[in-house]
Amino acid sequence: MDAMPGMPWPLPWPFDRTYMQLALVAGMVVGAAAPCVGTFLVQKRLSLLGDGLGHAAVAGVGAGLLVGTGPTWTALAVAVGAAVVVEWLRTRGSASGDLALALIFYGGIAAGVVLASRSTDANLQPYLFGSILTVGADDAYAVLGLGAAIVATVAVTGRALLAVVLDEESARVSGIPARLLNVLLAVLTAVTIVASMRVVGVLLVAALMVLPVASARLVARSFRGTMLGAVAVGLTSVVLGLAASRQWALASGGTIVLVAVATFVVVSVFQAVRAGAARPDAGGLLSGPG
Amino acid sequence: MNLSNGVAPVLSARGVSFAYGPEPVLEDVGVELSSGEFVALVGPNGSGKSTLVRVLVGLLTPRSGTVRLFGEPPDRLRRRWRVGYVPQRLRIAPDLPVTVGEVVATGRLPRQGWWRRTRPADRAAVDHALESAGLADLRRRPLAELSGGQQQRVLIAKALASEPELLILDEPVAGVDAAAQRQFRDSLVHLVEEHGAAVLLISHELGAVADDLDRVIVLKRRVVFDGPPAELAATGVSLGIHADDLPLWLEELA
Repeated sequence: MDAMPGMPWPLPWPFDRTYMQLALVAGMVVGAAAPCVGTFLVQKRLSLLGDGLGHAAVAGVGAGLLVGTGPTWTALAVAVGAAVVVEWLRTRGSASGDLALALIFYGGIAAGVVLASRSTDANLQPYLFGSILTVGADDAYAVLGLGAAIVATVAVTGRALLAVVLDEESARVSGIPARLLNVLLAVLTAVTIVASMRVVGVLLVAALMVLPVASARLVARSFRGTMLGAVAVGLTSVVLGLAASRQWALASGGTIVLVAVATFVVVSVFQAVRAGAARPDAGGLLSGPG
Repeated sequence: MNLSNGVAPVLSARGVSFAYGPEPVLEDVGVELSSGEFVALVGPNGSGKSTLVRVLVGLLTPRSGTVRLFGEPPDRLRRRWRVGYVPQRLRIAPDLPVTVGEVVATGRLPRQGWWRRTRPADRAAVDHALESAGLADLRRRPLAELSGGQQQRVLIAKALASEPELLILDEPVAGVDAAAQRQFRDSLVHLVEEHGAAVLLISHELGAVADDLDRVIVLKRRVVFDGPPAELAATGVSLGIHADDLPLWLEELA
C-alpha cells in the first residue's frame, strides 16, 4: 500500500525506500519552516524561546499519550497556550516574569514525564529526540499541513514582523500591531515545534530554528538573503543528516542537528579566512593581535 | 472641535503635564500645528522635548491635558500612517543583516496595509522616499555599512515612505555633516511645499532650516516662546549663526 501517492518514488539511495521518503518529506518541510520562523527569533534575541516552548510541549505529548489520542494535537494546544502566556509575561518584562518562564518550561516537561508514566505507551523518547524514520503517512500529512501554514503565515506577515524587529516603537506609532505580531511569532514558534517534534524532537527543535540562521547571517547582506540562506542550510542539514543516519545507523534527529552545527563551524571558519585575506596586514587565521 | 476656521489642526496639545517621578517634566504645555506648517521645537537639554514628542505620538499618556492628532486621541487614531515619526536613534542591532531598501520598505507598510500585497504605487513611494533622502544608490547596501549620517537618512526615508501628513522628527540630524543636513532640509521642504504636510522638527541644529521655518517653539518644561523665527531673533537668539551654541542661548532665554 502506498503511503503517499506513487511511493516509493524513483529516488536514488538513500531515499529509495518508502520510510526514507516519508522522512524526507517531513524533514524537508521542517528544514524549511523552522529557519523561516527562526530568522525572526534570532534577530529579536529570542533564540531560546523555541527551546523553552519545546519543554512546555512535553506536557501536551504526555497528555496525548495518556488519553490515547495522537500527541500532535495535544502538544499543539499546550505549546500554543504556553506561547501566549510567555509572550504576555515577556511584555510585562519583570524579574518575576523570568522565573515564571522557568516555571512554565520545567513544569511542562515534568508534567509530561509524569503523565506519560501513567499511560500504557509510556515512550516519550520519539518526541523528545525525534523519530523521523518511523514517520507514517498521517504524520507526514500533518507535518505538511503545519509547515504550509507556517510558511504561508510568514509570507504574509514577514514584512510586518521585520518592521517590529527593526523598531518596535516606531512600528507601533505608525499603526502596525506590534503586540499582536509578537504573539503571532510566539504562536508560530509553538506550531513549528510541534511540526518538528517527530523530525528532531522537542528538545532539539530550537537548534533547527537557530543554527541555520546563525550560519546564514554570517554571509547574507539582506534580511531576505538571511532567510533564504537559512532555509537552504536547513534543507541541506536534513538531507545530509538523513543520509548519514541511514548509512551509519545513527539517531536521525541528532545527526541532522550535528550537520547544522558543522555547517556553522565551516561557514565561520570560511568567513574568518576570507576576512583575514581581505586585510593585507593579516598573517592568517592563527596570528594574534600582538 | 469648535475651531474658528472649522478645520481641526493636524496636531494639538492642550494643558499637557507629564512626570516620570515626583518632578514634573512637562507643565501645562500647549502646541498646535496646521497643515503645511514647518515648526521647530527647541529647548535646552533636559527641557522635556523628547518626552513631549513621545506624548504627542501616543507612546506616553499625559498626567493631565489632552492630545489630538487629526482631531482624534493618539490611541484612537485610525489611518495611523498619517503620522510619521523619526526616532532619535537607530535602534537596529548592528549585526542584523538588512538592506537600506528593506528598512525603507517597512515604512510603507502602515499605508499599504501590513498584510496586503505591495502594489506599484507602494514601490514608487519607496523609490521616491529613497531618492528624496539621497539614498537611491545605497538601497542594496547593508545598513551596518552606512555612516551614522546615512543611517539617520534611512530613518527619515522610512518615515517619508508612507507619505505622512504630519512628520515628527526627534533630533534627527545630531552629528550629521553639513551636506547631509542640506539634503535633509530639501526633503523636509519638499514634503511641506509639495504635499502640504506639517513638520515638527525637534533639533538643536536648525542652521540648515532656519530660513524655512514658519514657527519656533521653545520648550523649558513649559512653552516659553512660540512664534516666527524673526521674533525669536529679536530676543537675541539667532538660529542660523549659533547652531552649536543654541542650547546655551536657550538656557538664558526666559
